Amino acid sequence: MTDQTAPGVPEPEGDVHLVETEYEIGQDNVEGKLGPFGFDIHNPVFVVSGGVIILFVLFALIFHEQSDAIFTAMRPYLTSTFDWFFLSAANIFVLFCLVLIFTPYGSVRLGGSDATPDFTYIGWFAMLFAAGMGIGLMFFGVLEPVYHMAVSQPLGVPSPIAEDGSIIQENVRAAAEMGLAATIYHWGLHPWAIYAVVALALALFSYNKGLPLSIRSAFYPIFGEAIWGWVGHLIDILAVFATLFGLATSLGLGAQQAAAGLDFVYGVPNTTTTQVVLICGITAVALISVLRGLEGGVKLLSEINMGIAAVLLLFVLFAGPTLALLTGFGEGLLAYARDFIPLSNPVGRTDDAYREGWTSFYWAWWISWSPFVGMFIARVSRGRSVREFIICVLIIPSIVCVLWMAVFGGVAIEQVLNNPESLVRANVIDSYSPELSLFGMLADLPLTAITSTVGIILVIVFFVTSSDSGSLVIDTITAGGKVDAPVPQRVFWATFEGAVAIVLLLGGGLAALQAMVISTGLPFTIVLLLMCWAIWRGLAQEHALARPVD
Amino acid sequence: MFSKIMIPVDLAHVERLAKALDTAGDLARLWKAELVYVGVSAATPGSVAHTPEEFAEKLEAFAKEHGAKFGVTGTSHAITSADPSTDLDPTLLKAVEETGADLVVMGSHVPNITDYIWPSNGGTIASHAKASVFVVRT
Repeated sequence: MTDQTAPGVPEPEGDVHLVETEYEIGQDNVEGKLGPFGFDIHNPVFVVSGGVIILFVLFALIFHEQSDAIFTAMRPYLTSTFDWFFLSAANIFVLFCLVLIFTPYGSVRLGGSDATPDFTYIGWFAMLFAAGMGIGLMFFGVLEPVYHMAVSQPLGVPSPIAEDGSIIQENVRAAAEMGLAATIYHWGLHPWAIYAVVALALALFSYNKGLPLSIRSAFYPIFGEAIWGWVGHLIDILAVFATLFGLATSLGLGAQQAAAGLDFVYGVPNTTTTQVVLICGITAVALISVLRGLEGGVKLLSEINMGIAAVLLLFVLFAGPTLALLTGFGEGLLAYARDFIPLSNPVGRTDDAYREGWTSFYWAWWISWSPFVGMFIARVSRGRSVREFIICVLIIPSIVCVLWMAVFGGVAIEQVLNNPESLVRANVIDSYSPELSLFGMLADLPLTAITSTVGIILVIVFFVTSSDSGSLVIDTITAGGKVDAPVPQRVFWATFEGAVAIVLLLGGGLAALQAMVISTGLPFTIVLLLMCWAIWRGLAQEHALARPVD
Repeated sequence: MFSKIMIPVDLAHVERLAKALDTAGDLARLWKAELVYVGVSAATPGSVAHTPEEFAEKLEAFAKEHGAKFGVTGTSHAITSADPSTDLDPTLLKAVEETGADLVVMGSHVPNITDYIWPSNGGTIASHAKASVFVVRT
């Protein structure tokens, strides 16, 4: 035992610049047994976050009307008042990441110069989509391009659909291009830059600086030793809070959407019972996945899902007007490149419906999810160099999203423009039923029964991987950065998330609490800006160390 | 009888392993066997070490010191796992092969209700390892 208490930390073999701190990981943890179950939790982060979550659920249930009024008014207020702030910050994150690729700091390796990656490229890419983005691609792939083409009018590009429902031919080309470009803008470089900043900060301060894998560690350069006290507790609690509520409300709303899909495709009655059964089913599969761990659980499911999604993408590509879609992909990319700066411009614009209603909302949403998704990405990215990391987390997923949107959106736009009776048009433009947009598009292609079933499976499995990776992240944060805490704790968080979703579904308040979570995007935006500075400083130290000293 | 004895150690909870460690040490002395201490760490910083390299160094130091206590050669075998909580069993089974141990001595808790859901590591290793396994109840 003497080796453990010996003063001084032995130097690791790789070149890293460990932070010198007296703090020992796990020193604030409480270990013990509750009946036959062992636990190892951070005090007070575990108890306070669990307690606050229960209080908020009770508040939403008991003061239903008040909470609805407060939270649903808060989100639009924030996204329309601070749209300039969200847009500017997201631009900074993209620029920051792009600069990192080209600076010498890009050569710093996460985990020290000798570290090797834990996962293959395939497994890694699959997991990038598992946490937060996959489900969105399913939900918005058809909805957004059509909506931006016909309804929201980004940058004031007029809609090709006249008020009487007829097509205005001279508007078609520009609007179709803008529909894709405006969607790609929301799913391309900006969201991935937001995730990359958080993931890079956490990976750097954990793998290279030796601090626990927890959100507070990224603040060491700013707050120093104070992060081990209440400043750090608050940061971690806020992250747990946003992650659990983000997941639970998405799960609840997702169950409503999946039930609507089941009703549309199979005629299963869309009742609360169906929705609760769906939540229970998703949580049960997530529990099995949680018990199987990172490798046998979430990685395996992510790879399977990526395979199924690729097959669905190819099917839609070939069942739809293939050549037009491929051209559309190119034109969408060009339009994205051309309109990148006007769309990113934070001031002096009049397209409020698009900029405030969508862009600002999305940025707040991505940012409120970034502690969760960023931490999960950090967890699986050890051994990559910063340059490799940014290219793979920023550029490649952006291209995948562009392709997805170009194909799904391209088919949908084509259906809307050529067929006034199309189901996409009915569900997106004529009456707004976003949850049916994907199934409407698939219904107008061949083999509907099979592809719709595949669509529902994909939606459900993406929810499972979100729930699973979310439980891993929350467990790690509430265990003070330990990733080897007893497995029952993960089971607790996965179950708790399902339970919160069911309670809010039955008692009301899902949308209100989701609005509240998205509102946490505002404080987190400031947090992310500080993170950029922390990353820059941290990389400078690492890079100075890696240079040969004469 | 046995020439290489493997003992999995959790450096964060060495005090809980006293009985298993002593058993392994005594057996190794009896048969003049080599003791291989196997440790599994996560890639992320933990309570024992900040990096996998540091973990390996600490394990090696522990192995030398503990082996010397029983007058046998103590070597170490450190493994990094992406998710040590759930991947412990396959990781340890692989370690039995990699180290070429012919006996595994490991500590295990007294079975309880949770073993129906999460089988104990000792039980699983005993069922699947090709080497002999001595499970020491603590």
